[in-house]
Amino acid sequence: MGDTATMTDQIRVLVAKPGLDGHDRGAKIVARALRDAGMEVIYTGIRQTPDMIAEAALQEDVHVVALSVLSGAHLELFPRVVAACRQRGITPENTLFLGGGIIPDEDAEALKQDGFSAVFGPGAHTGDIAAFVRLHVPELDRS
Amino acid sequence: MSAEALDAPPTALNGRLAELDERLRQKDRRALARVLSWVESGDARGRAMLRALYPRSGRARTIGLTGSPGAGKSTVTNELAKAFRGRGQSVGIVAIDPSSPYTMGAILGDRVRMTELYSDEDVFIRSLASRGALGGLSAATQDVIHVLDAYGKDVILIETVGAGQDEVDIAGAAQTTILVNTPNMGDEVQTLKAGIMEIADVLAVNKSDLPGANRMVSALKALLSLNPDRGWDAPIVRIIGTSGEGIDALAAACDSHFEELERSGRLKTAERQRARQQITSLARANLLNRLYTESGEAELDRWSEEVASRRSDPHTAAAIWLSDFGLGES
Repeated sequence: MGDTATMTDQIRVLVAKPGLDGHDRGAKIVARALRDAGMEVIYTGIRQTPDMIAEAALQEDVHVVALSVLSGAHLELFPRVVAACRQRGITPENTLFLGGGIIPDEDAEALKQDGFSAVFGPGAHTGDIAAFVRLHVPELDRS
Repeated sequence: MSAEALDAPPTALNGRLAELDERLRQKDRRALARVLSWVESGDARGRAMLRALYPRSGRARTIGLTGSPGAGKSTVTNELAKAFRGRGQSVGIVAIDPSSPYTMGAILGDRVRMTELYSDEDVFIRSLASRGALGGLSAATQDVIHVLDAYGKDVILIETVGAGQDEVDIAGAAQTTILVNTPNMGDEVQTLKAGIMEIADVLAVNKSDLPGANRMVSALKALLSLNPDRGWDAPIVRIIGTSGEGIDALAAACDSHFEELERSGRLKTAERQRARQQITSLARANLLNRLYTESGEAELDRWSEEVASRRSDPHTAAAIWLSDFGLGES
């Protein structure tokens, strides 16, 4: 009981898969790991359009939007999700954008230019993802 | 909060809060999302907003959906939302999933079954983690409903945590409670047990294309025939959530129940009962929080050891722990 009233800082994360690839193993593992790190993870499932993801991020008022694409279309899809979010007032200033998938370094750099705080590829430690979120969520403008 | 602050008129919002209030009146969904976060976390800003919004609430119809995990609550919620949208009503959905008792983390996955509603601006879905509450809802559920209501939602659907037999808080939180059953849920003794079977205003038999549906319907009928007269016989509605079959009948059954509440005057008494429940649960939480001070926790640790080692018993320890706060036995 003592705990339930003092959860102002509970971190909420949206884990979503834009595009058409149905490989959600990685997304589910990350969702589970963030749950185990004490976060509330909203999982929306596969084959989401950028607008669907942005709308879910808006309604759920999440701190983090974590996207996974394994088809190689990340340079196509990730920026479109960011754009749909920006249209709704969800920006890298008030929300962390994380990308996951098989993403070459030069693509990761391009995504960072576009508003992504970090990109995690194969071999990334789930503990590192949770630590990154914990470190950077307090820097967001949540007024 | 000082007594003075409590006496201030409920509209006395300033700065950022006044701006958010104005945005809520303009139906700004992002403002709604932020106010819901504050309300959910018990933030002082959330309480201030709630005070201002509360007089504008009380207009929405509230329908709860409960049932065991996998019964199809999310799918049925999705279909019901579409049915109410088809009538031109705006819909709010509150979907609750359990928090881990160990880490307080949660996976909120009810949206997976509701993706077709995302493109409709008149549907607002909010996922809540139970955050330690045990009755199938979260402590803030009622406040989240008040805010969606004040925002202007016509119908609010509340989907509980996958419930066992004892998670019956939804009956106190919503005007109408739907219990979602499925074929082959166990023998008839299950339907005789107390708890969740008693709170249903409408009984849905989902997945009714599966074998065993007829037996489930007969078992429910037999159960209902034994129920004492509550002025309302819960209708049994066969549905197939994944195809939408029977959903219009389910919505119609909810309508009939609501009309009966209005006709009998129970709508008003139930509203008072809900208010009473929320006041007492808030007061209880407030009292408990006052006990969990640093010295209170230390005393609690000490007494836990006393009781565990059989030097004291739980009743005595609780009485003495309370008396330290000037709350001796009356």
